[in-house]
Order: sequence, then structure tokens, then C-alpha cells
Amino acid sequence: MTDTSTRDSLARTWAETDPTSGLDLRLTDTCLRDGSHHKRHQFTATEVHDIVEALDDSGVPVIEVTHGDGLGGSSFNYGFSRTPEQELIRIAAETAKRAKIAFLMLPGVGTKDDIRAAQDNGGQICRIATHCTEADTSIQHFGLARELGLETVGFLMMSHTQPPEVLAKQARIMVEAGNQCVYVVDSAGALVMEQTADRVAAVVAEIGHEATVGFHGHENLGLGVANTVIAARAGATQIDGSVRRFGAGAGNTPLEAFVGVCDKLGWRTGIDFLTIVDASEDVIKPAMPEECQLDRMTLMMGYAGVYSSFLKHAGNAAERYGVSGAKILLEAGRRKLIGGQEDQLIDIALMLKAEQDKEAANS
Amino acid sequence: MTDEKLSAAIIGPGNIGTDLMYKLLRSDVIEPRWMIGVDPASEGLRLAADKGLESSHEGVDWLLKQDVLPDLIFEATSAYVHREYAPRYEEAGIVAVDLTPAAVGPAVIPPVNGEEHVARTNVNMITCGGQATIPMVAAVTRAAGPEGVSYAEIVASVSSMSAGPGTRANIDEFTRTTAAGVESIGGARRGKAIIILNPAEPPMIMRDTIYCAVSPEADRDAIVSSVFAMEKAVQEYVPGYRLLQEPQIDEPSAATQGQVKVSVFVEVEGAGDFLPPYAGNLDIMTAAATQVGQNIARHRLANGG
Repeated sequence: MTDTSTRDSLARTWAETDPTSGLDLRLTDTCLRDGSHHKRHQFTATEVHDIVEALDDSGVPVIEVTHGDGLGGSSFNYGFSRTPEQELIRIAAETAKRAKIAFLMLPGVGTKDDIRAAQDNGGQICRIATHCTEADTSIQHFGLARELGLETVGFLMMSHTQPPEVLAKQARIMVEAGNQCVYVVDSAGALVMEQTADRVAAVVAEIGHEATVGFHGHENLGLGVANTVIAARAGATQIDGSVRRFGAGAGNTPLEAFVGVCDKLGWRTGIDFLTIVDASEDVIKPAMPEECQLDRMTLMMGYAGVYSSFLKHAGNAAERYGVSGAKILLEAGRRKLIGGQEDQLIDIALMLKAEQDKEAANS
Repeated sequence: MTDEKLSAAIIGPGNIGTDLMYKLLRSDVIEPRWMIGVDPASEGLRLAADKGLESSHEGVDWLLKQDVLPDLIFEATSAYVHREYAPRYEEAGIVAVDLTPAAVGPAVIPPVNGEEHVARTNVNMITCGGQATIPMVAAVTRAAGPEGVSYAEIVASVSSMSAGPGTRANIDEFTRTTAAGVESIGGARRGKAIIILNPAEPPMIMRDTIYCAVSPEADRDAIVSSVFAMEKAVQEYVPGYRLLQEPQIDEPSAATQGQVKVSVFVEVEGAGDFLPPYAGNLDIMTAAATQVGQNIARHRLANGG
């Protein structure tokens, strides 16, 4: 229901990059990757098949499928996968008729061998994520991905921790390494409107002539859609979201809501709103262990700037040691932990328990 | 026992090479006599000259042309350089202690297999994460009973400031080499390694977490004692190596794939010889290399080598 007569202004469109697409924005659904955190990495082959089929039918052009922490993420530290991720990538690739299958890898967790295997299983877009000051750890992986003929995307995670000019420099490193699109990633759901726009604009100014720019939002302060709209206006042409917010923390930008907003603003996404809303109710909802909540724990993450995937791990540690999960998250923020340091949440829980025991002994 | 020492050259006057020099200057069996680099403006070469070492920016080729050659070489350059020069060291009869991930010689973790390779001509120090974590995997393996450790996973978090361009450009080499050491020296049937570079200011001290999967029949108390004993063994050469918490035992569940999960949390604070104390990851490499070099030196001195 796109009304082009009232079209809201966009700095750039995806059609400028891919004229045959006819899209203003190219959307990626990440239920099957970011949602893996919420699902505690327990996706079954059937769920992945059904979700890919439904998203593909509604016209979602890119679907990301991997363990929440990327290739090789199945571990004690992040949780073991119920179904091997490479098998899930293969099922997704076999199921999708139109959509491209993307996969994520984090240097330091996965390796180049994992990238090769993901391509063999039908993955076409290689997304490489680093903390937003550590882009130079991705150089070898972008080199390999391009050599293999994969489309590339780079994630600057925890973008709220650095000013726009730092992100722009890090984006430059990724593009020099062969990356074709740099995402400003609000891993903690901590960015507020203009902070998003300034970061996206700075990255566009730095690399916009050579690569595209993307935005990946979280809902921990309830700003997923608003931040994404403002990111698009600032020049982001690739957009992440998850149907029904199915993602880490309070979840991702709800993709179906964003599609509806795009319709209202006259931005072409190629996704049919009614079909994706049906998919949300009929296919995605039954696969979710529970809805993604904006509650004490997830609000704390947006407020303290904590990596969204820490949620379930902080909850586990809180339960195991009888301490406050919210306090674990606040301490994680104070210690400036970054993505990947889930092990330190146990150390924090033990520290809180020792304090608690000491207070109990004194009273 | 005589006061005889083996002579040593340090190749690579960067952070690691310079820190290593300060440690070797305190050794009673090794005398660091040469510091070799390729950049005349190198701060490390200047510091070495101040300490009385012969410093040259003309590289290994210069060193190998000298009338008197070192007994030992400590390689603190890159895997690429070491692979190229290792055969020439061997030809010249020089023993190499390799601090790069080149893995030309067998890997050595001092408190685990430190005495096994004293007669070799080339030994490798694996990675900083390996030096910090493999002792603990071995400690659990020793006490875990007949079924040992079916799977071990290590997570190394280091300050971004302490991760040099070599590590960054080839981070896969770190994970692969460390995981291989977790298996071959730690004794785990399957190993996995994860590394995180954290840019926090002030810089974070190196932290490592070691997870081991053991049989439900394993003796928990024996494992905990073995971990505490290993902490002491590593502290003998890295005083800033310490357990942050008592080892944690998680009983079998779906999340542990039916095994007992042993979690060990350590912190590695450096001695601050040249590198700042947060860079425990680099300190444990130079401390372990010193230890390994001294073991080799004692063996050769005792055997008239």
C-alpha cells in the first residue's frame, strides 16, 4: 500500500546500489540469528524451515540464520545449539525461493573455515561483526569472503560507546578490507534518535561513495522503529529487524511494524505488510518461547548500555547464585564489558553473592 | 653448579622483546647479549644498548654473520619471520624459543610439559591465551579420573591496548593454535578457544575463563584441589596469576550436555617490567619464555651442551 505521492525524503536508496531491485530500503530479518539468543539457541529444523518459508513469501529480501553469537558460537560460554547452525543455514537456503540467506561471524569466536562451510551450505551474504573499535580484526575475514565471491556486510557493535568520528574511521578500515556495507549496530538498544542519525551520517560521509550503510536496532528503550526511521533518513539503506522483535534483550526493531511505517512514508521495501503480519501471528509467535519484554532487566540494558545478548546469561547466573539479575547487568555496564564476555557475568554474580553473604552475616 | 650462563639474542625489539630482556637480565643461567631489530629508530634497541646489550638494526642476517653466535635465540617477531629463519638457526646450532604462533617446534607450557622438551632445538610458546588457560585444563584433566576432560573451552579477554597488529591481522591463528594446545597439552579430547579484545579505559587486566566438561563420576574435590595447586605452580613464574573465584561446579543438565561443567576464572596481572601491569597476556608469554629458556639452559649446562 505504498503511497508514493506523499513520499518522505530519503538521503539515499537501495535502488541506487541495486537498480534492478526497485527498493528504497533493503530489509534483513534476523529472527533466526538475533532471535537465537531469545530462543537460547534451541531452534529446530522445522521451525527454521517454516519461518524462512513465511518470510520469503512476504518478500523479505534477506534472512539471517546463525547461532546468536555467530558461526562457532555453540559453546559453554554462549549456549550450545540444539541443531548445528550449518544444518540450519542449509535448510534455510534450500527453503528460500527469493530471499538470500545471510550468516554472521565474530572474529575471535568463528574462523575462516566456518565461513567456507556456511557458503557451501548456501549462505550468500557474509556478515562480520566486531566491537566498534576493533574493526582491524575483521580484515582477513573480509578478504576471504570477497575472494569466495560472497556479498559482505560489517557490523560495528555497541556503536553507542563511540562518537560518530570514531565509527567513521572504523568503517573505513572495514571498507578497505573489502566490506561492501557498514552497519551502525545499537547492540545495547541505548542510542537515542539524533545519536543514531549522527552516527549513520558520519559513516555515510566517510564511506558512502564506496559502500552502503546499514542500521541494526534494539528495543531496550523502546526506540527500535524510531531509531530505524531516523537512520534511513540519514542515509542507511540496509535495515535489520526481527518479526515480533524476536531477538536479544527486549528484541530487535519489529520488522513488520517498520514495514508498515515504510508504507506510510512511501518507502518501498518489497515486503507485503498483510502477509508479514500474518507470518508474525501464525508462524513466528508459535516458535517463540515467550514474547520479548520491555521489563526491568531489558530496560536496565538500554539504560546502562549493556550488550543485549547478556540478558539470558545474566538471568541464569542470577538464578544459580540467588542474586539480582538487574544488579548483574548494571555491574556489567560499569565494567564496560563488551559482546562476547558472557563468562564475566558469572564472576559478577559470585561477587554479588559474596557481598550479600557478608551483609547477612553482619546483620 | 657453576656460574656459567648461556648467551642469548632477542630478535624483535618491540614490546614483547623489550619486556623479555628485563626478565632475562635477572636470570642466573641466561645472559641476554644481543637485541636485534630492523628499524634504527627503535626504542627497544636503544633501551637494550643502555642495558649493555649489543644492539643492531641490521636484522638476523647481521647476527648470523658474527664470529660469536648466541646459544639461544628468543624470537619475538612474527610467525612469518620465524618460519623463514628457523632452519638457519638450526643450521647454526642455535636453540630457538619461539614466542610467535609459528609452531615450528613443539609447544611448551612450563608447569605442564616444561621438562619434556629441554633437549629440543626449537620450542614454541603457543599463545598468551594458551599460556594462561592450558595449565588449568591440564589441572582438571589430571584430577578428572579415567574419562578425563571430554571438552574444554577457554575465553580470553584482553585489553585492546595490549593486542598488537600481528594478533589483530591473524586472530584465527590465535583461536586455532590455542584450541590445538588445549587438546594436545591440556589433555581435552576436544578444545575450543575464544578471544575478546576490550577497549575499556582504564585498560582491563587480562581475564580468562576455562570451562571443562567432565564425567558425572569425577571427584569434584580432587578437581578443585588440583586447580588450586596449579594456581601456585603458575605463580612461581607469573606472580600476578590468580584465581578470581573458587572453581565452580555445575551438575549435569541439558545446558551442560549431561556432563559436569567445571568453570575456572583467572586474572593475569603483569609484573610491570616494561609493559604495563594490565598486559598480563604479554607478561605471561615473556615469563613463560624465560622459564622455558632457563630449563633448556640448565639442561645444556648440566649436560655439557
